[in-house]
Amino acid sequence: MVVKASQDDPEKARRFREAALPYLDDAYTLARYLLRDAADAEDAVQECYLRAFKHFDSYRGPAMKPWLFAILRNVCRAEYARRKTAPTAVEELPEGGDQTPLWNEAPETPEKQLLRRFDGDTVRKLVAALAEPFRETFVLREIQNLSYREIADVAAVPVGTVMSRLARARAMLRSAWLAEQEQVK
Amino acid sequence: MNCEEAEVLVHALIDGELDAGHAREVEAHIEGCAHCAALMKEYQEIRQAIAESDVRYKAPLELRRKIEKSLPQPQAAPTRRSVLRGFAMGSAVSAMAATGLVAIVLRNDDEQRVENEVVSAHLRSLQAGHLIDVVSTDQHTVKPWFNGKLDVSPPVIDLTAQGFTLIGGRLDYVNAREIGAVVYKRRQHVINLFVAQTASTERKSAKISTLQGFNIRRWSDRGLNYWAVSDLGADELTEFGDKFESAMHANKEG
Repeated sequence: MVVKASQDDPEKARRFREAALPYLDDAYTLARYLLRDAADAEDAVQECYLRAFKHFDSYRGPAMKPWLFAILRNVCRAEYARRKTAPTAVEELPEGGDQTPLWNEAPETPEKQLLRRFDGDTVRKLVAALAEPFRETFVLREIQNLSYREIADVAAVPVGTVMSRLARARAMLRSAWLAEQEQVK
Repeated sequence: MNCEEAEVLVHALIDGELDAGHAREVEAHIEGCAHCAALMKEYQEIRQAIAESDVRYKAPLELRRKIEKSLPQPQAAPTRRSVLRGFAMGSAVSAMAATGLVAIVLRNDDEQRVENEVVSAHLRSLQAGHLIDVVSTDQHTVKPWFNGKLDVSPPVIDLTAQGFTLIGGRLDYVNAREIGAVVYKRRQHVINLFVAQTASTERKSAKISTLQGFNIRRWSDRGLNYWAVSDLGADELTEFGDKFESAMHANKEG
Protein backbone atom coordinates (compact mmCIF):
# COMPACT_ATOMS: atom_id res chain seq x y z
CA MET A 1 0.00 0.00 0.00
CA VAL A 2 1.39 3.36 -0.98
CA VAL A 3 0.11 5.13 2.14
CA LYS A 4 1.86 2.62 4.35
CA ALA A 5 5.17 3.20 2.62
CA SER A 6 5.02 6.95 3.13
CA GLN A 7 4.07 6.45 6.79
CA ASP A 8 7.24 4.52 7.32
CA ASP A 9 9.31 7.30 5.89
CA PRO A 10 11.81 8.24 8.61
CA GLU A 11 12.29 11.65 7.02
CA LYS A 12 8.60 12.31 7.49
CA ALA A 13 8.91 11.03 11.06
CA ARG A 14 11.81 13.39 11.70
CA ARG A 15 9.87 16.38 10.37
CA PHE A 16 6.83 15.34 12.36
CA ARG A 17 8.87 15.01 15.56
CA GLU A 18 10.32 18.47 15.11
CA ALA A 19 6.98 20.05 14.27
CA ALA A 20 4.60 18.27 16.63
CA LEU A 21 6.44 16.94 19.66
CA PRO A 22 7.23 20.38 21.13
CA TYR A 23 3.46 20.71 21.69
CA LEU A 24 3.12 17.50 23.64
CA ASP A 25 2.71 19.26 26.99
CA ASP A 26 0.19 21.69 25.45
CA ALA A 27 -1.81 18.82 23.98
CA TYR A 28 -1.72 16.92 27.25
CA THR A 29 -2.84 20.02 29.16
CA LEU A 30 -5.78 20.52 26.82
CA ALA A 31 -6.77 16.84 27.07
CA ARG A 32 -6.60 17.00 30.87
CA TYR A 33 -9.04 19.90 30.91
CA LEU A 34 -11.34 18.44 28.29
CA LEU A 35 -11.52 14.94 29.77
CA ARG A 36 -10.75 15.69 33.44
CA ASP A 37 -9.06 12.33 33.77
CA ALA A 38 -5.31 11.65 33.61
CA ALA A 39 -5.47 8.19 32.03
CA ASP A 40 -8.08 9.19 29.43
CA ALA A 41 -6.05 12.30 28.59
CA GLU A 42 -2.97 10.18 28.01
CA ASP A 43 -4.86 7.83 25.68
CA ALA A 44 -6.42 10.75 23.81
CA VAL A 45 -3.09 12.48 23.23
CA GLN A 46 -1.50 9.28 22.01
CA GLU A 47 -4.37 8.74 19.60
CA CYS A 48 -4.12 12.38 18.51
CA TYR A 49 -0.43 12.02 17.64
CA LEU A 50 -1.09 8.80 15.75
CA ARG A 51 -3.76 10.48 13.66
CA ALA A 52 -1.69 13.61 13.22
CA PHE A 53 1.25 11.59 11.93
CA LYS A 54 -1.02 9.72 9.55
CA HIS A 55 -2.35 12.99 8.15
CA PHE A 56 0.91 14.89 8.36
CA ASP A 57 1.32 14.74 4.57
CA SER A 58 -1.79 16.83 4.15
CA TYR A 59 -0.76 19.37 6.78
CA ARG A 60 -0.24 22.75 5.10
CA GLY A 61 -0.06 24.97 8.12
CA PRO A 62 -0.30 27.68 9.13
CA ALA A 63 0.19 26.82 12.80
CA MET A 64 0.88 23.35 14.18
CA LYS A 65 -0.70 23.89 17.57
CA PRO A 66 -4.28 24.60 16.45
CA TRP A 67 -4.00 21.84 13.85
CA LEU A 68 -3.07 19.32 16.54
CA PHE A 69 -5.75 20.67 18.86
CA ALA A 70 -8.47 20.22 16.23
CA ILE A 71 -7.48 16.55 15.94
CA LEU A 72 -7.26 16.17 19.70
CA ARG A 73 -10.68 17.73 20.17
CA ASN A 74 -12.22 15.20 17.80
CA VAL A 75 -10.58 12.37 19.72
CA CYS A 76 -11.96 13.80 22.96
CA ARG A 77 -15.45 14.11 21.50
CA ALA A 78 -15.32 10.43 20.62
CA GLU A 79 -14.42 9.80 24.24
CA TYR A 80 -17.43 11.88 25.38
CA ALA A 81 -19.62 9.72 23.16
CA ARG A 82 -18.14 6.57 24.65
CA ARG A 83 -18.74 7.83 28.18
CA LYS A 84 -22.31 8.67 27.30
CA THR A 85 -23.06 5.03 26.58
CA ALA A 86 -20.95 3.81 29.50
CA PRO A 87 -22.82 3.07 32.74
CA THR A 88 -21.19 5.99 34.53
CA ALA A 89 -22.24 8.69 32.11
CA VAL A 90 -20.30 11.89 32.39
CA GLU A 91 -21.12 15.30 31.03
CA GLU A 92 -21.24 15.63 27.26
CA LEU A 93 -20.66 18.57 24.97
CA PRO A 94 -24.18 19.91 24.57
CA GLU A 95 -25.12 20.72 21.00
CA GLY A 96 -26.18 24.33 20.84
CA GLY A 97 -25.80 24.58 24.60
CA ASP A 98 -24.57 28.11 24.22
CA GLN A 99 -27.75 29.26 22.49
CA THR A 100 -29.19 30.24 25.86
CA PRO A 101 -29.17 33.98 26.51
CA LEU A 102 -25.70 35.13 27.30
CA TRP A 103 -26.15 36.26 30.83
CA ASN A 104 -29.71 36.35 32.08
CA GLU A 105 -29.20 38.12 35.32
CA ALA A 106 -26.79 40.94 35.88
CA PRO A 107 -23.64 39.57 37.50
CA GLU A 108 -23.11 40.36 41.16
CA THR A 109 -21.80 43.80 41.80
CA PRO A 110 -18.06 43.86 41.24
CA GLU A 111 -16.15 43.58 44.49
CA LYS A 112 -14.45 46.57 45.98
CA GLN A 113 -11.56 44.59 47.40
CA LEU A 114 -8.88 42.93 45.31
CA LEU A 115 -9.48 39.47 44.05
CA ARG A 116 -7.73 36.85 46.05
CA ARG A 117 -4.87 34.92 44.51
CA PHE A 118 -5.16 31.15 44.67
CA ASP A 119 -2.55 28.44 44.32
CA GLY A 120 -2.25 26.47 41.06
CA ASP A 121 -4.31 23.53 42.28
CA THR A 122 -7.25 25.73 43.21
CA VAL A 123 -7.14 27.59 39.90
CA ARG A 124 -7.00 24.28 38.00
CA LYS A 125 -10.00 23.07 39.99
CA LEU A 126 -12.00 26.22 39.24
CA VAL A 127 -11.26 26.01 35.52
CA ALA A 128 -11.96 22.27 35.40
CA ALA A 129 -15.36 22.88 37.00
CA LEU A 130 -16.56 25.06 34.09
CA ALA A 131 -19.21 23.42 31.95
CA GLU A 132 -18.59 22.56 28.31
CA PRO A 133 -18.32 24.11 25.75
CA PHE A 134 -17.23 27.08 27.86
CA ARG A 135 -14.33 25.22 29.48
CA GLU A 136 -12.89 24.29 26.12
CA THR A 137 -13.09 27.87 24.82
CA PHE A 138 -11.63 29.23 28.01
CA VAL A 139 -8.68 26.83 28.10
CA LEU A 140 -7.86 27.45 24.43
CA ARG A 141 -7.82 31.18 25.08
CA GLU A 142 -6.32 31.60 28.55
CA ILE A 143 -4.04 28.60 28.90
CA GLN A 144 -3.14 27.88 25.28
CA ASN A 145 -3.12 31.52 24.10
CA LEU A 146 -4.93 30.84 20.84
CA SER A 147 -6.50 33.72 18.93
CA TYR A 148 -10.28 33.86 18.46
CA ARG A 149 -9.81 32.81 14.83
CA GLU A 150 -7.73 29.79 15.85
CA ILE A 151 -10.23 28.79 18.53
CA ALA A 152 -13.02 29.07 15.98
CA ASP A 153 -11.10 26.72 13.66
CA VAL A 154 -10.35 24.21 16.42
CA ALA A 155 -13.92 24.12 17.68
CA ALA A 156 -15.45 24.44 14.18
CA VAL A 157 -17.72 27.35 15.15
CA PRO A 158 -17.98 30.99 14.00
CA VAL A 159 -15.82 33.61 15.72
CA GLY A 160 -18.98 35.21 17.15
CA THR A 161 -19.71 31.98 19.01
CA VAL A 162 -16.18 31.97 20.40
CA MET A 163 -16.77 35.49 21.72
CA SER A 164 -20.04 34.68 23.43
CA ARG A 165 -18.72 31.42 24.87
CA LEU A 166 -15.67 33.17 26.23
CA ALA A 167 -17.82 35.87 27.82
CA ARG A 168 -19.95 33.18 29.47
CA ALA A 169 -16.89 31.24 30.55
CA ARG A 170 -15.25 34.25 32.18
CA ALA A 171 -18.49 35.29 33.90
CA MET A 172 -18.89 31.73 35.24
CA LEU A 173 -15.30 31.57 36.37
CA ARG A 174 -15.60 34.93 38.06
CA SER A 175 -18.64 33.75 40.04
CA ALA A 176 -16.82 30.55 41.01
CA TRP A 177 -13.75 32.56 41.97
CA LEU A 178 -15.78 34.86 44.23
CA ALA A 179 -17.59 31.89 45.77
CA GLU A 180 -14.28 30.17 46.50
CA GLN A 181 -12.99 33.39 47.99
CA GLU A 182 -16.06 33.58 50.20
CA GLN A 183 -15.52 29.99 51.33
CA VAL A 184 -11.90 30.26 52.35
CA LYS A 185 -12.43 33.56 54.12
CA MET B 1 -23.63 50.90 23.63
CA ASN B 2 -25.46 49.31 26.53
CA CYS B 3 -24.10 47.13 29.35
CA GLU B 4 -25.35 43.92 27.78
CA GLU B 5 -23.27 44.49 24.64
CA ALA B 6 -20.33 45.82 26.58
CA GLU B 7 -20.25 42.74 28.81
CA VAL B 8 -19.53 40.61 25.75
CA LEU B 9 -17.26 42.98 23.88
CA VAL B 10 -15.16 43.80 26.92
CA HIS B 11 -13.57 40.35 26.59
CA ALA B 12 -12.52 40.96 23.03
CA LEU B 13 -11.11 44.28 24.22
CA ILE B 14 -9.08 42.54 26.94
CA ASP B 15 -7.84 40.01 24.40
CA GLY B 16 -6.88 42.66 21.87
CA GLU B 17 -9.26 41.18 19.31
CA LEU B 18 -11.41 44.26 18.66
CA ASP B 19 -10.94 46.55 15.71
CA ALA B 20 -10.17 50.17 16.51
CA GLY B 21 -13.76 51.39 15.96
CA HIS B 22 -15.37 48.87 18.33
CA ALA B 23 -12.55 49.24 20.85
CA ARG B 24 -13.28 52.98 21.07
CA GLU B 25 -16.99 52.31 21.57
CA VAL B 26 -16.40 49.85 24.38
CA GLU B 27 -13.86 52.13 26.02
CA ALA B 28 -16.32 55.02 25.81
CA HIS B 29 -19.00 52.91 27.52
CA ILE B 30 -16.62 51.78 30.25
CA GLU B 31 -15.53 55.33 30.97
CA GLY B 32 -19.12 56.25 31.73
CA CYS B 33 -20.15 53.03 33.49
CA ALA B 34 -18.67 52.15 36.86
CA HIS B 35 -20.26 48.72 36.81
CA CYS B 36 -18.66 47.64 33.53
CA ALA B 37 -15.36 49.29 34.45
CA ALA B 38 -15.18 47.32 37.69
CA LEU B 39 -16.12 44.11 35.88
CA MET B 40 -13.40 44.63 33.32
CA LYS B 41 -10.88 45.20 36.08
CA GLU B 42 -11.89 41.94 37.74
CA TYR B 43 -11.66 40.00 34.50
CA GLN B 44 -8.21 41.40 33.92
CA GLU B 45 -7.15 40.45 37.44
CA ILE B 46 -8.42 36.90 37.03
CA ARG B 47 -6.68 36.67 33.71
CA GLN B 48 -3.44 37.87 35.27
CA ALA B 49 -3.80 35.45 38.18
CA ILE B 50 -4.26 32.55 35.78
CA ALA B 51 -1.32 33.57 33.64
CA GLU B 52 0.85 33.62 36.75
CA SER B 53 -0.28 30.37 38.31
CA ASP B 54 0.74 26.88 37.41
CA VAL B 55 -2.34 25.68 35.53
CA ARG B 56 -0.56 23.58 32.95
CA TYR B 57 0.17 19.88 33.02
CA LYS B 58 3.35 18.13 31.99
CA ALA B 59 2.92 15.13 29.71
CA PRO B 60 4.04 11.96 31.51
CA LEU B 61 7.28 10.48 30.25
CA GLU B 62 5.45 7.24 29.55
CA LEU B 63 3.20 9.06 27.07
CA ARG B 64 6.19 10.59 25.30
CA ARG B 65 7.75 7.14 25.14
CA LYS B 66 4.62 5.56 23.67
CA ILE B 67 4.37 8.22 20.98
CA GLU B 68 8.07 7.98 20.13
CA LYS B 69 7.72 4.22 19.84
CA SER B 70 4.82 4.52 17.43
CA LEU B 71 6.89 6.64 15.01
CA PRO B 72 9.47 5.23 12.61
CA GLN B 73 12.78 5.42 14.43
CA PRO B 74 15.28 8.08 13.37
CA GLN B 75 18.21 5.62 13.57
CA ALA B 76 16.83 3.81 10.55
CA ALA B 77 17.60 6.57 8.00
CA PRO B 78 17.22 4.07 5.15
CA THR B 79 17.25 6.54 2.30
CA ARG B 80 20.79 7.76 2.79
CA ARG B 81 22.12 4.45 4.04
CA SER B 82 20.69 2.31 1.28
CA VAL B 83 22.10 4.67 -1.33
CA LEU B 84 25.52 4.42 0.23
CA ARG B 85 25.24 0.70 0.72
CA GLY B 86 24.42 0.29 -2.95
CA PHE B 87 27.47 2.32 -3.81
CA ALA B 88 29.56 0.20 -1.44
CA MET B 89 28.71 -2.94 -3.37
CA GLY B 90 30.87 -1.72 -6.27
CA SER B 91 34.23 -2.99 -5.12
CA ALA B 92 36.17 -3.73 -1.98
CA VAL B 93 37.97 -0.41 -2.21
CA SER B 94 34.88 1.67 -2.64
CA ALA B 95 33.21 -0.45 0.04
CA MET B 96 35.84 0.62 2.54
CA ALA B 97 35.64 4.18 1.40
CA ALA B 98 31.88 4.05 1.65
CA THR B 99 31.98 2.64 5.17
CA GLY B 100 34.01 5.60 6.25
CA LEU B 101 31.71 7.87 4.36
CA VAL B 102 28.63 6.38 6.02
CA ALA B 103 30.17 6.91 9.42
CA ILE B 104 31.09 10.50 8.65
CA VAL B 105 27.84 11.42 6.97
CA LEU B 106 25.70 9.85 9.64
CA ARG B 107 27.76 11.14 12.51
CA ASN B 108 27.56 14.74 11.36
CA ASP B 109 23.91 14.38 10.60
CA ASP B 110 23.21 12.70 13.95
CA GLU B 111 25.23 15.19 15.94
CA GLN B 112 23.37 18.09 14.38
CA ARG B 113 20.01 16.48 15.02
CA VAL B 114 20.84 15.53 18.59
CA GLU B 115 22.07 19.05 19.26
CA ASN B 116 18.76 20.35 17.97
CA GLU B 117 16.99 17.99 20.30
CA VAL B 118 18.98 18.88 23.41
CA VAL B 119 18.25 22.55 22.75
CA SER B 120 14.53 21.71 22.42
CA ALA B 121 14.72 19.72 25.65
CA HIS B 122 16.46 22.67 27.32
CA LEU B 123 13.70 25.02 26.11
CA ARG B 124 10.99 22.65 27.34
CA SER B 125 12.66 22.45 30.72
CA LEU B 126 12.46 26.24 31.10
CA GLN B 127 8.67 26.25 31.00
CA ALA B 128 7.09 26.70 34.40
CA GLY B 129 7.24 23.59 36.54
CA HIS B 130 9.19 21.53 34.02
CA LEU B 131 12.77 22.05 35.10
CA ILE B 132 13.27 19.52 37.85
CA ASP B 133 11.76 16.16 38.79
CA VAL B 134 13.92 15.76 41.88
CA VAL B 135 14.70 18.98 43.68
CA SER B 136 17.87 18.84 45.69
CA THR B 137 21.15 20.58 46.09
CA ASP B 138 22.58 17.35 47.51
CA GLN B 139 24.34 15.08 45.01
CA HIS B 140 23.66 12.11 47.30
CA THR B 141 19.93 12.65 46.79
CA VAL B 142 19.98 13.40 43.08
CA LYS B 143 22.23 10.51 42.02
CA PRO B 144 20.23 7.67 43.63
CA TRP B 145 17.03 9.19 42.25
CA PHE B 146 18.16 8.21 38.72
CA ASN B 147 18.66 4.59 39.78
CA GLY B 148 16.25 2.26 38.06
CA LYS B 149 14.98 5.06 35.82
CA LEU B 150 17.77 4.93 33.27
CA ASP B 151 20.20 2.40 31.87
CA VAL B 152 23.05 4.67 32.91
CA SER B 153 23.81 6.40 36.14
CA PRO B 154 24.60 10.02 35.30
CA PRO B 155 27.42 11.40 37.39
CA VAL B 156 26.08 14.05 39.73
CA ILE B 157 28.74 16.39 41.01
CA ASP B 158 28.35 19.22 43.45
CA LEU B 159 30.02 22.27 41.92
CA THR B 160 28.67 24.84 44.38
CA ALA B 161 32.15 25.69 45.59
CA GLN B 162 33.11 26.35 41.95
CA GLY B 163 30.20 28.73 41.46
CA PHE B 164 27.69 26.37 39.83
CA THR B 165 24.85 25.35 42.12
CA LEU B 166 23.34 21.92 41.73
CA ILE B 167 19.56 22.32 41.86
CA GLY B 168 18.25 18.89 40.86
CA GLY B 169 17.69 16.24 38.23
CA ARG B 170 15.15 15.33 35.61
CA LEU B 171 14.31 12.61 33.12
CA ASP B 172 14.04 13.88 29.59
CA TYR B 173 13.65 12.58 26.09
CA VAL B 174 16.32 13.10 23.44
CA ASN B 175 16.99 11.17 20.26
CA ALA B 176 13.92 9.01 20.90
CA ARG B 177 15.43 7.81 24.17
CA GLU B 178 15.16 8.61 27.83
CA ILE B 179 18.04 10.66 29.03
CA GLY B 180 19.19 12.04 32.36
CA ALA B 181 19.46 15.77 32.88
CA VAL B 182 21.37 17.19 35.83
CA VAL B 183 20.39 20.79 36.44
CA TYR B 184 22.71 23.54 37.64
CA LYS B 185 22.32 27.24 38.08
CA ARG B 186 24.74 30.12 37.88
CA ARG B 187 23.13 33.35 38.94
CA GLN B 188 19.79 33.26 37.09
CA HIS B 189 21.09 31.06 34.27
CA VAL B 190 20.03 27.43 34.04
CA ILE B 191 22.47 24.82 32.82
CA ASN B 192 21.06 21.49 31.73
CA LEU B 193 23.69 18.77 31.64
CA PHE B 194 22.35 15.91 29.51
CA VAL B 195 24.03 12.56 29.94
CA ALA B 196 23.57 9.55 27.66
CA GLN B 197 25.30 6.27 27.14
CA THR B 198 27.44 5.75 24.04
CA ALA B 199 28.89 2.60 22.55
CA SER B 200 32.31 4.17 22.22
CA THR B 201 34.52 4.55 25.29
CA GLU B 202 36.82 6.88 23.42
CA ARG B 203 37.37 10.20 25.11
CA LYS B 204 36.33 13.13 22.94
CA SER B 205 37.37 16.57 24.00
CA ALA B 206 34.89 19.37 24.28
CA LYS B 207 33.36 21.23 21.38
CA ILE B 208 31.37 24.40 21.79
CA SER B 209 28.58 25.25 19.39
CA THR B 210 25.70 27.71 19.31
CA LEU B 211 22.14 26.94 18.33
CA GLN B 212 19.09 29.24 18.56
CA GLY B 213 21.05 31.52 20.87
CA PHE B 214 22.05 28.77 23.29
CA ASN B 215 25.56 27.50 23.81
CA ILE B 216 26.22 23.78 23.82
CA ARG B 217 29.37 22.20 25.17
CA ARG B 218 29.60 18.60 24.08
CA TRP B 219 32.15 15.99 25.16
CA SER B 220 32.49 12.25 25.72
CA ASP B 221 34.24 10.39 28.47
CA ARG B 222 34.27 6.79 29.61
CA GLY B 223 31.26 5.61 27.69
CA LEU B 224 29.10 8.67 28.34
CA ASN B 225 28.15 11.54 26.06
CA TYR B 226 27.60 14.92 27.69
CA TRP B 227 25.80 18.01 26.42
CA ALA B 228 25.80 21.09 28.64
CA VAL B 229 23.21 23.57 27.36
CA SER B 230 22.69 27.08 28.65
CA ASP B 231 22.13 30.69 27.75
CA LEU B 232 25.35 31.41 29.63
CA GLY B 233 28.18 32.82 27.51
CA ALA B 234 30.53 30.38 25.82
CA ASP B 235 33.31 31.34 28.26
CA GLU B 236 31.27 30.54 31.36
CA LEU B 237 29.87 27.34 29.88
CA THR B 238 33.44 26.28 29.05
CA GLU B 239 34.36 27.03 32.65
CA PHE B 240 31.47 24.85 33.81
CA GLY B 241 32.55 21.95 31.59
CA ASP B 242 36.17 22.24 32.65
CA LYS B 243 35.24 22.29 36.34
CA PHE B 244 32.94 19.33 35.85
CA GLU B 245 35.55 17.30 34.01
CA SER B 246 38.32 18.03 36.49
CA ALA B 247 35.97 17.15 39.38
CA MET B 248 35.18 13.87 37.60
CA HIS B 249 38.86 13.07 37.29
CA ALA B 250 39.55 14.04 40.88
CA ASN B 251 36.72 11.68 41.92
CA LYS B 252 38.15 8.86 39.88
CA GLU B 253 41.61 9.29 41.37
CA GLY B 254 40.39 9.98 44.88
